[in-house]
Amino acid sequence: MARFPRLRSLTLKGKPHFADFNLVPHDWGGYARPWIEALARGCPELEELRLKRMVITDECLELLARSFPNFRALFLVSCDGFSTDGLAAIATHCRHLRELDLHENEVDDRGEWLSCFPESSTSLVSLNFACLKGEVNAAALERLVARCTNLRSLWMNRSVSLEMLSRIVSKAPHLEDLGTGSYVHDPHSESYHNLINAFLNCKSIKSLSGFWDVAPRCLPAVYPICSQLAYLNLSYAATIQADDLINMIGHCTKLQKLWVLDCIGDKGLAVVASRCKQLEELRVFPSDPFGHGTIDSVTEEGLVSISSGCPGSTRCSLITIAKNCPNFVRFRLCILSPKKPDPLTHRPLDEGFGAIVQSCRGLRRLSVSGLLTDQVFLYIGKYAKKLEMLSVAFAGDSDKGMLYLLNGCRSLRKLEIRDCPFGDAALLKGVGRYEAMRSLWMSSCEVTLRGCQALAAMAPRLNVEIMHEEEEDAGGISCGGGLDDAQRVEKMYLYRTLAGPRSDAPSNLFTL
Amino acid sequence: MEAVSGGGARGRGSCPKLLDLIPNGGDWSERDGGQRDYGVAEEQKLELRLGLPGGEDWRAVREEEEPPSVLSLGFLPVRASSNLSSHDRAAPSSPVVGWPPIRSFRKNLASSSFSKPSYPSQNENPGKTDTQEGCRKSLVKINMDGMPIGRKIDLKAHSSYDELSSAVNELFRGLIAAQRNENPALRNQSHGGRRQAITGLLDGSGEHTLVYEDNEGDVLLVGDVPWDMFVAAAKRLRMLKSSELSSSLSVSSPMPTFNSPPDDDPLILLKL
Repeated sequence: MARFPRLRSLTLKGKPHFADFNLVPHDWGGYARPWIEALARGCPELEELRLKRMVITDECLELLARSFPNFRALFLVSCDGFSTDGLAAIATHCRHLRELDLHENEVDDRGEWLSCFPESSTSLVSLNFACLKGEVNAAALERLVARCTNLRSLWMNRSVSLEMLSRIVSKAPHLEDLGTGSYVHDPHSESYHNLINAFLNCKSIKSLSGFWDVAPRCLPAVYPICSQLAYLNLSYAATIQADDLINMIGHCTKLQKLWVLDCIGDKGLAVVASRCKQLEELRVFPSDPFGHGTIDSVTEEGLVSISSGCPGSTRCSLITIAKNCPNFVRFRLCILSPKKPDPLTHRPLDEGFGAIVQSCRGLRRLSVSGLLTDQVFLYIGKYAKKLEMLSVAFAGDSDKGMLYLLNGCRSLRKLEIRDCPFGDAALLKGVGRYEAMRSLWMSSCEVTLRGCQALAAMAPRLNVEIMHEEEEDAGGISCGGGLDDAQRVEKMYLYRTLAGPRSDAPSNLFTL
Repeated sequence: MEAVSGGGARGRGSCPKLLDLIPNGGDWSERDGGQRDYGVAEEQKLELRLGLPGGEDWRAVREEEEPPSVLSLGFLPVRASSNLSSHDRAAPSSPVVGWPPIRSFRKNLASSSFSKPSYPSQNENPGKTDTQEGCRKSLVKINMDGMPIGRKIDLKAHSSYDELSSAVNELFRGLIAAQRNENPALRNQSHGGRRQAITGLLDGSGEHTLVYEDNEGDVLLVGDVPWDMFVAAAKRLRMLKSSELSSSLSVSSPMPTFNSPPDDDPLILLKL
């Protein structure tokens, strides 16, 4: 920090991506404290801080709030370790706060914080508290919205009722982004009637989200703004049925980004394809990821209707998507059952993903799934020259697969692999690549302690961290303690470093 | 290692011809820098039509646009009709950690309604039928004592007992007013022309009390259990006259059942 005393904005990312899926120990690291303390000492002009997958405490938030007189924007994404008390500190002390964006964090609910914004505070432009689980003070929120005349983005949490929504929206007709709370009410009520009128006044709303607990009969209030929408997120709305979704989306002719649950079904996706001509991003989430549900969800047909083509075969679907959507920058397909072959041919999906990478030359991010052999990696290595991030699970046959990737994907920055048969030979052959990459994650593969040690010895500017769940001797791994050299390592995470091994690692994590 | 024959036309029925990608077995590193013709795709005449009647050629629209685009299809469960038993499409028998890769807060969306964080979700066991609720409604019949015609109410459209109470109020206000209009004796009541609210359904203070029949056939007072437990258990609702409730509690009276004929007395006394 001493080198950058005039620092205005800092972005930090902590834990590996797979932490989102509980694959990383809770105490892995990514603590914000040392950073905030250093910033407090050395960078008084800090205005903006963005943290992703880090651990930040209420004390840190308090320190942050008090240390930077010009502080304007705080973005916390997928972080944890703090509570609403920390938010209260931010609200209280950051006089010029313009943006407070809490996206998918784990936040403890300890009560009031919204009412901590002083009555004199009118600077908010963007406020996102959708991830909070507790109640918010309705009156305080209304007053805040009323006095912050520059407020353009507001994402509220589930506790906000439709009644509150109607009062808030009528006070903020200039909103551009809106996240509702629970969208349930009696459609014959006065509140609902007020909401209809409020929405009619909102000419600027371009993005809509929220819709927790939806009463489908209340959806029509939203139709008048649907035609303006560029982004619609209905992925929390487990109570909307396909027909209601279709009715709503039918109005969204300018949609560029749609997040939806798979109960939209193939029919719904066909409607999306026909009505949303400007669609650039589509994310379909499972409404029933572990059940053997009876929901008519998305199948290859739906997938294919987005790009037109033949039904029944995932491979054909992928090929057709590739042909029709060469502009894709990100393509992430997760087939629920690992190693699932093409349902029509019962063959691997290598050709399908091969078609994607051959056609989508600008592809920057890719996740593959289903039954895949080394062949798919050959294709990816050959064609995906712009690929920066790749996620692989339950795929490949041998080290060749990984080598194709490391040799071919020259732009690769992040590679995360789980449950693949890649071992030490591939790991070691790639040593020339890792310093040019941000990180490599391998879990439940064939990599052994010996291989990791050899790699660490070859590459002093890499931190090779291994995580092992089993009981360790006091001797620890560096002495060959509980873990046999030839034993497979459960989780390995390596990244380049100028600072050497870190000191905040948990006890079952060793840097070689 | 399973041999996969790459390349070559494998056109099967209406499937598009395969793009002629690198043939199997070749070591790509020997290849020159792309002199070979991998672009067989350009020569293919793929039929690109939307499956909708009168649909425009979506592809034509796409070609005009250059913006980067993103397709993130989270999940692709296979329909049972594709000759696979539902067993095949189920998750592996021993749960795989961190699979499927979705954030934890999304896992319980289908069944959790708004409740205090400390209340454990009842959706931990994927075998339970609750998980199959998913996007399905929960419509139950509701009858009001003294009203020959019942209504249906969607419990899942509400997130609390208070909301249920208001919804019930809304459902029956119209019917009550209609019934009053039919009966001249009631028209001159002091209620005037305004619809009166039905209140006190949950605390016994009103003219009617809300009860429900659970999946075991028992009749219970509404309001004792957490909301989403109630939603899962309630099969029918009934607005019992509060006076009848107290009389049914004496030993000699039969328990109120959902099959007893509605009260003949057309007079509904509404709490102001």
